[in-house]
Amino acid sequence: MRYLPLTNEDRKNMKEVIGITDVNQLFASVPNNVPLDPSFNLPDHKTEMEVGRILSQIAGKNINSNQVPFFLGAGAYKHHIPATVDHIIQRSEFLTSYTPYQPEISQGTLQYLFEFQTQVSLLTGMDVSNASMYDGSTASAEAVSMAKRITKRNKVILSPTLHPQYAEVIKTLISSSEDSVEYKFSECFEVDSLISKIDDDVSCVVVQNPDFFGECYSLENLSKYCQSKGALLIVVVNEVVSLGMMKSPGSMGADIVACEGQSLGNSLNFGGPYIGLMSTKDKFVRQLPGRIVGETNDVDGEKGFVLTLATREQHIRREKATSNICTNSGLCSLAFTIHLSLLGEKGFKKLSKLNHEAAIKLYSRLECLDGFEVINKTFFNEFTIKLPIDAETFVEKMASKGVLAGVPVSRLLNKKDNFLNLLVVASSEINLDSDRDEFIRLAKEVCYE
Amino acid sequence: MSNNRGLDHDEKLLFEVGDISKTGVDLPDPENIKNMLGSSCSDTEIGLAGLSEPETLRHYVRLSRKNYSIDAGLYPLGSCTMKHNPRLNEKMARLEGFSEIHPLQPISTCQGALELIDLISTWLKELTGMAAITMTPKAGAQGELCGMMAIKQALIFKKESHRKVVLVPDSAHGTNPATAAFLGFDVRTIKSTQEGLIDFEDFKENIDEHFAGVMITNPNTCGLFESDIVKISELTHKSGGYLYCDGANFNAVVGKLKPGDLGIDAMHINLHKTFSTPHGGGGPGSGPVVFSKRLENFCPTPLVKKINGKYDLIENLDNKELSNSFGRLNVFHGQMGMFVRAMSYMLSHGSDGLRQVAEDAVLNANYLRESLSMHLTPAFQGYCMHEILFSDEFLNDTNVETLDFAKAMIDEGYHPMTIYFPLVIHGALLVEPTETESKQSLDHFIETLKGLVARVKNDSDSFKEAPIFTPIRRLDETQAARKPILRWREEVPAKA
Amino acid sequence: MADIFYTKDHEWIKVDNGEGVVGITAYASEQLGDIVFVELPQKGMSFDQGKDVAVIESVKAASEIYTPATGEILEINSSLEERPEVVNNDPLGSGWLYKMRVLKPEELKSLMSEEDYNKLIGAKS
Repeated sequence: MRYLPLTNEDRKNMKEVIGITDVNQLFASVPNNVPLDPSFNLPDHKTEMEVGRILSQIAGKNINSNQVPFFLGAGAYKHHIPATVDHIIQRSEFLTSYTPYQPEISQGTLQYLFEFQTQVSLLTGMDVSNASMYDGSTASAEAVSMAKRITKRNKVILSPTLHPQYAEVIKTLISSSEDSVEYKFSECFEVDSLISKIDDDVSCVVVQNPDFFGECYSLENLSKYCQSKGALLIVVVNEVVSLGMMKSPGSMGADIVACEGQSLGNSLNFGGPYIGLMSTKDKFVRQLPGRIVGETNDVDGEKGFVLTLATREQHIRREKATSNICTNSGLCSLAFTIHLSLLGEKGFKKLSKLNHEAAIKLYSRLECLDGFEVINKTFFNEFTIKLPIDAETFVEKMASKGVLAGVPVSRLLNKKDNFLNLLVVASSEINLDSDRDEFIRLAKEVCYE
Repeated sequence: MSNNRGLDHDEKLLFEVGDISKTGVDLPDPENIKNMLGSSCSDTEIGLAGLSEPETLRHYVRLSRKNYSIDAGLYPLGSCTMKHNPRLNEKMARLEGFSEIHPLQPISTCQGALELIDLISTWLKELTGMAAITMTPKAGAQGELCGMMAIKQALIFKKESHRKVVLVPDSAHGTNPATAAFLGFDVRTIKSTQEGLIDFEDFKENIDEHFAGVMITNPNTCGLFESDIVKISELTHKSGGYLYCDGANFNAVVGKLKPGDLGIDAMHINLHKTFSTPHGGGGPGSGPVVFSKRLENFCPTPLVKKINGKYDLIENLDNKELSNSFGRLNVFHGQMGMFVRAMSYMLSHGSDGLRQVAEDAVLNANYLRESLSMHLTPAFQGYCMHEILFSDEFLNDTNVETLDFAKAMIDEGYHPMTIYFPLVIHGALLVEPTETESKQSLDHFIETLKGLVARVKNDSDSFKEAPIFTPIRRLDETQAARKPILRWREEVPAKA
Repeated sequence: MADIFYTKDHEWIKVDNGEGVVGITAYASEQLGDIVFVELPQKGMSFDQGKDVAVIESVKAASEIYTPATGEILEINSSLEERPEVVNNDPLGSGWLYKMRVLKPEELKSLMSEEDYNKLIGAKS
């Protein structure tokens, strides 16, 4: 078999050295009442060709975002990824290397992570970042956990326009009888209404910006009020490209920032692997979970990098760890940092503008359409339309006509109630005028045929 | 001379070689339409250094050359299963039909994706002999959290929340007690015997009316099969508890036996260990969890089900299939990119090939044990499974410690084995070759270690100095922790 | 005349007139290796004997400090924030961790004398 180097001759020689005749002698410690070498209802080995055929066939049963006009967002966004990114991450030394626990032979990984941490801090406007988490949702949950540890308080307030699955994740991870996580999903978020809920028991307020519906906020007032009450402001960003045109969460007074970084360097991949970004202020760094890379010197005085502040992590603190996380998103963070290095300041800001303009172009076309109402006052590259018909029906019919039109809000909810006609639509630099033409033409057809 | 040496190039930080005016991506010019961002709009400088495409390639290629990798050499890391990462996996994961689909597309447009998830679920349930599975955890540690949350949920459902004690062997990996404590369980440690196995009597003594469950690793972190496992699972169930199995060492028994036959209730599987998905310098991983019938109702959302020939994704916690679920661990549906890679590997090997994987892994480890037992000190007598544990006894009468020995291996071209784990053996060295090492590779490794052991008695200074051939030498980790510098900062010129 | 007592977890407490100074022993400091961070309790807080009140972190380990006696924290050694290495250099003197009011002096009887503590660590080496 192509992945197994041992020949039968090798096996024979090695068994002789060990002093056995049958490999099952090495499995003698398995108790007798456990069947060894059972039969499995699974096929035997296959050649590369055969595997390729099987998986290509399965892949072919999906409509993918390269084949049709594409307008989905709601936590995962399609952008053009330069060819260089995928090429570099497939280099042996990046793809097949282990966690950099032996820094002398991992400076490649450690240096790019140090650069990545710097980029994330700059983007979010914060002092310090870790080397990534699994995704934006777990980063948000970890941020809440962190805020509770720092403030020693239990109440958590989630903005009503936080991504519903993010809220589910936070509730799952932070659930116990002493906690109260407040979350009532709604399509409107008034900063003042949140302020009235903040009392001395509140550990943190979690606000998504731009929010699930695409609305954009200034959070200075909210952050000032949180500070006056000793609560921490956690800002969640689902679309990092928005940071090219919006005030950074740090500049608006955020204490902890949790982002989904998938937009840069990482394909849609049906939901994973993605990459969580987490940043905070210097004074909270020892409460930051996950891996962190730091700069230091070697015995010759040369500058180098190491994993540091490891005593927060579970393999050392065991029961008292800041989190049970044991990994970062490795290759996904490399893809992120390469893409952002290629873009640079100018490219990133340009990309951001192009995304915003793509959304404005679609918005202008929709304004002229009877029965279609964009409910947002502001947006970056994503907004929500109130349709004349049920959104899930709309999306199915649009798909059958060859357009992936957006995400029905009701898809994310258990209780659908008032949200049945709402559709979240994302635009990006990949959308052409012809894509928007198709969307408008077919939307009219679907709603009024 | 410059800082370069032959093919090894010194490479400064991105922020030192790049510039905010440079870019390596061509984009059309924006039309400068009036923006609709409202008061949140900003054009402040962020400070992102950029590079052209050739400079980008050079920067990252130079960095890559400072990394060891499995493609370049053996990683004898115990419990990490650093096996070859097949390139077919990478090709399959990049099929557009998998990589370019959005998680929230209408179900009718992504039937192939759901079929793939269903296929890998079927394979993993069949290989483990378990009743149910969740594919959603994104890493082994999260898989462990998932398994223990299901157990906690089951106890709440049975109105037995007074059961708060979780037993963990003293040889366990730190994630085990951390996970249990995080969930509010009281963790009690059970002792190991002189033979490196769970002390069954100590286990029995620690069971009372508060017993919630036990977390074991099998084969355990000493590289040995817990031969009392069936006794342990039977007593666990009789006493009203659950058995969680850390599946990090599944490579020793995959295709040879079904963990379900051992009586386990939940086990996480590391796709990046047993199933060859790449380690990527630290991630991404994937940690699906298999469940017994006793726990199948408590799985997290979402589930993939096949109904009348069509696949469906059951996501809403109000759905009756999820009525006892403990909730949601992550946004969306799991690490699809890693599922495709692992599926490509499983289809390639088949169940016959996977059995050979376990046999070769265990054979390779025992070949190393036999060849090195007179040079290093095996911690336990008898055959091992897929990894061998050594103590630092062979270093007595020298002033060389396990750490120095490991650093000296680096100069010989090898990534060191796992050191100082498990904690039950002094100065532990845990070696796992995996099945993808050839006999030639193992023989070279054996000769190298023998050479090092021979040197250690006469030449201990060189061990203290090692490594000397790497791009950087031993780093001051104390300084890094005392005065953390965790990012580049622009130097502000001193005021005159 | 101050009395010194030791715990089995390698803390010492020097008691004089109902006030105690707490630190870790030279043995503990050596075992931990280079200390990188010290997390101290807040002034004014009260703890029962045996509660974990502080954490000492080295590069590879973190150790809980269990307070040797029940009482209120009067003062903490804030110089350790900038210079945690002082605990390595002078664990019995300037590396003190915190000062406390001893509320239940009878508890001190359950602690070890210097002689008993030295026997304990002698057995360990």
